[in-house]
Amino acid sequence: MTKTINLNLKVWRQKGQNKKGRLETYKAVDISTDMSFLEMIDVINEQLTHKGKEPVAFDHDCREGICGMCGAVVNGRPHGPEMGTTLCQLHMRHFSDNDTIVIEPWRSRAFPVIKDLAVDRSALDKMIQAGGFISINTGGAQDANAIPVPQEAAELAMDAAACIGCGACVAACPNASPMLFVSAKVSQFALLPQGKPEAAKRAISMVREMDRLGFGNCTNERECEAECPKEISITNIARLNREYFKAGFLSAEK
Amino acid sequence: MNWLASTLLSSIGKKLMMAITGLCFCGFLAGHLAGNLTIYLGKDAFNSYAEHLHSLGPIITLVELGLLFSALVHILTGATLFYQNLKARPVRYSVNKSAGGRTLGSRTMPYTGFILLVFIVLHLINFHFIDKTDTTIYQIVHSAFANYVYVVIYVFAMIVAAIHISHGLWSAFQTLGANHVKYMPFIRGLSYVFSIIIVLGFGFLPIYLAYIA
Repeated sequence: MTKTINLNLKVWRQKGQNKKGRLETYKAVDISTDMSFLEMIDVINEQLTHKGKEPVAFDHDCREGICGMCGAVVNGRPHGPEMGTTLCQLHMRHFSDNDTIVIEPWRSRAFPVIKDLAVDRSALDKMIQAGGFISINTGGAQDANAIPVPQEAAELAMDAAACIGCGACVAACPNASPMLFVSAKVSQFALLPQGKPEAAKRAISMVREMDRLGFGNCTNERECEAECPKEISITNIARLNREYFKAGFLSAEK
Repeated sequence: MNWLASTLLSSIGKKLMMAITGLCFCGFLAGHLAGNLTIYLGKDAFNSYAEHLHSLGPIITLVELGLLFSALVHILTGATLFYQNLKARPVRYSVNKSAGGRTLGSRTMPYTGFILLVFIVLHLINFHFIDKTDTTIYQIVHSAFANYVYVVIYVFAMIVAAIHISHGLWSAFQTLGANHVKYMPFIRGLSYVFSIIIVLGFGFLPIYLAYIA
């Protein structure tokens, strides 16, 4: 038998980027505890639509925790109170009857609100464009085993590559710093031979772009690794720092 | 911009300057504490330690200038980081909740830092920029801590310093890129142990001078 609960929602409503927003209160009645958080918002949106009101805008796509589109700050926690999950993987069974839930968008100067809970995260794409790639000349693919990669390095690179670019690290950081994101993108290449030729240029370009976009500075608060839905470790940030110092002080890259 | 300036003035560069100057202060505190502990050996031991220290002459001046320079870098960079980080989130959250990453030390760094700056100015006025003719350093210190207000201020300042160091020390290693699976637990532990050594080592001295010596 499915359990249902009633909730008091306080949802951030904002018509557009330069409009003033505010928290609005909604009653969520008979919410199945089997629902995901996003399905709960779907129910609210259907009710709002029936009443002729504007539904709550929020980002979502795969709804299985791998695309990185969804995310909102739920009672002060990006992606909600569970560890290692995205908002779509958060189920309503983690809430109790008559709970008050405050839902806010990611807050960062570099992530302007588009509407309600949807924010513009193209700043993350801009940092990738600045250096989060490897350049490969086209031609016949070489044998997969031609370049030896130690198993441990491959695992660490894969851990970093698990980043889905959701922006929760920025939302969680008291300084709105994207260092965990940048460090994951730098690490996944720095750990592998294919990433080495452009390592110095990548570290400098990505950090420079991060600073230009108006993000805050990392002060090792460790909130990012605690909130990351892919549980990416701040050891990647230490690696980014090493890569950056190597590039800044020892390479010819300017 | 020149490569050195652009490296140092980037967000990671600023952290590097905070880390290196911060580690210098930790080294200084260890030395300062070792010297101050001679107070427990009595008036003469403490005075002779101070005399030996001052007899080093130009070396002392060099270290003082180094500390002053480090302090300027640490304060100016810290203030810049504080301002930039405030600006990075113009609209704040209405509900703030930690996921367990932040500590008392990490969340209060700019504020404990500011309190320490005020304390250091007071401390220099009390014991450094003071007329030392016809008196000994022991007498100066002893008479200062006869006033219980100073005892309270100094003990409070050492608690603040310990909170600042509890985050600052391990954080400096992380910033320098020295985060290693084998050593990080030790470094984090060391931050707390060093903080406790500072608060007990320095903090008990005024109490000892005021009520026991």
